[in-house]
Amino acid sequence: MIVPFDIIILIFLVITALISLRVRDLLGATMILGVYSFLICLLWAEMGAVDVAFTEAAVGAGVSTVFMIATIYHTRRHSSD
Amino acid sequence: MEFLNASVIPYFNYWIYVVLMMIGLHAMITKNNLIKKLIGMSIFQTAIILFYVSIGVKTGSTIPILEHHHDEGHAETAHAVAESGDHHAEETDHEKSDHGNNEHAIEADHGIDPDHFANPLPHVLMLTAIVVGVSTLGVALAISQSIYKDFGSLEENEILAKIKQGGPGVDV
Amino acid sequence: MKWFGLIATVFTGILLLSAVPDFAAFGDPDSPANGGLGDHPSVSQYYITDTYTDTKVPNIVTAVLADYRGYDTMFETVVIFAAGIAIFAILRSFSGPVAPSHPTAIDTSVEGDHQRIIIGTTCRVIIPVIQLFALYVVAHGHHSPGGGFQGGVILGASFILVALAKDLSAALGRFSEKRYLALGSVGILIYAGFGLLCVALERNFLDYEILHRIMPATDPIMARSHSMLGVEVGVAFTVTAIMFAIYANLSSKGRLEQGF
Repeated sequence: MIVPFDIIILIFLVITALISLRVRDLLGATMILGVYSFLICLLWAEMGAVDVAFTEAAVGAGVSTVFMIATIYHTRRHSSD
Repeated sequence: MEFLNASVIPYFNYWIYVVLMMIGLHAMITKNNLIKKLIGMSIFQTAIILFYVSIGVKTGSTIPILEHHHDEGHAETAHAVAESGDHHAEETDHEKSDHGNNEHAIEADHGIDPDHFANPLPHVLMLTAIVVGVSTLGVALAISQSIYKDFGSLEENEILAKIKQGGPGVDV
Repeated sequence: MKWFGLIATVFTGILLLSAVPDFAAFGDPDSPANGGLGDHPSVSQYYITDTYTDTKVPNIVTAVLADYRGYDTMFETVVIFAAGIAIFAILRSFSGPVAPSHPTAIDTSVEGDHQRIIIGTTCRVIIPVIQLFALYVVAHGHHSPGGGFQGGVILGASFILVALAKDLSAALGRFSEKRYLALGSVGILIYAGFGLLCVALERNFLDYEILHRIMPATDPIMARSHSMLGVEVGVAFTVTAIMFAIYANLSSKGRLEQGF
């Protein structure tokens, strides 16, 4: 556990979460959610939860982004808010 | 500054988890677009997982994987079975094996200090939660696609207007 | 609605923040979750100190996941399978070919050809490596981070990559609907089979120790380790199949033919 690293990542987490909810282009929002997942994966690796970090890297940053893009491709890309 | 030192710095992770949870909850309630609601749900979910993992952190601990030797595996097995009755004999090796001195790194259960390893239990619970989370996200996306097929939109207000006009499947 | 949402969020936030100072400080080794209360040690301390003598598995997380909390993992796997079945029920349609609502993204110009060659060749090189790594993650989960869930997701992602690089029908040619539904069920059957085998040998469900009677050249401790590998393989089967099933249905609106 490295405290400065911890604090920096946590601040970035809040920023990416807010941005991904502000962006109106859903494809962009999904990619930023992927960045969020990757940051939280780094955070867990830093906390010593390597298995959880590995799962999040494979699932959150990888597969769930692909699922969302697959849905956006078949629906509308623009969001009203 | 007093307040910061006393109640923000030691609980920084918990504060951020509450903030992330509020962001996610707010998005789930107020966003108009269904995909945006799902993004909010993802953030809410990771906030809870962050909370659980934070509980299991110990200062100065390492990852919950023990040191071991491959080549000794089978020889040691027989050894352990023969002695499974009296682990207590090895209790004296306590200090020696703490610092990962390789020869006796893992020879008895009592040689392992729990404070040296992060708490594995929250990790186990959250690992399965993440994978279940992605499959439920898949179900949610499938329902969104099916809603889009029936109503031609993913915006909540447009869907509600169409429902008031006369049920699903009016026009695709 | 906006105001209601804001008020509800702020109220929940204040409620949670007021509880934060009651937690043990971040990283405290003696907090109730880590060190137990008073004379009663926490169960996680038992897991850390006794896992290796009980099971010979150095990765404590894998041991707790597949052995001590085997019921939990088994039914989590069932939840994943149920999610796959739910998507099948929601989206899958067996109607004939319908004109695509989007023009399919096949570019026949020279530039498009070049792009397809680059992507196709890269994927042909990289996919076997990904699959090999996924199998390594499943098999080596006892000694390093990894296990059935992670390996299964990576293996499923490699099939998704086939679908992205070529098209969905190429991926379905390798991993058809019949196959992935069968593989998903087989995974759970493997997991439950290990449990039932223990019952057949007159022990509790998922009490692997007794399996040394039928596994060659093992003792009760190694039997637990080997059985854990077995159930992890079952989990990996189910997760692989369901991850690809979800993608295939989502990307083709349940028709399993066009997609991208």
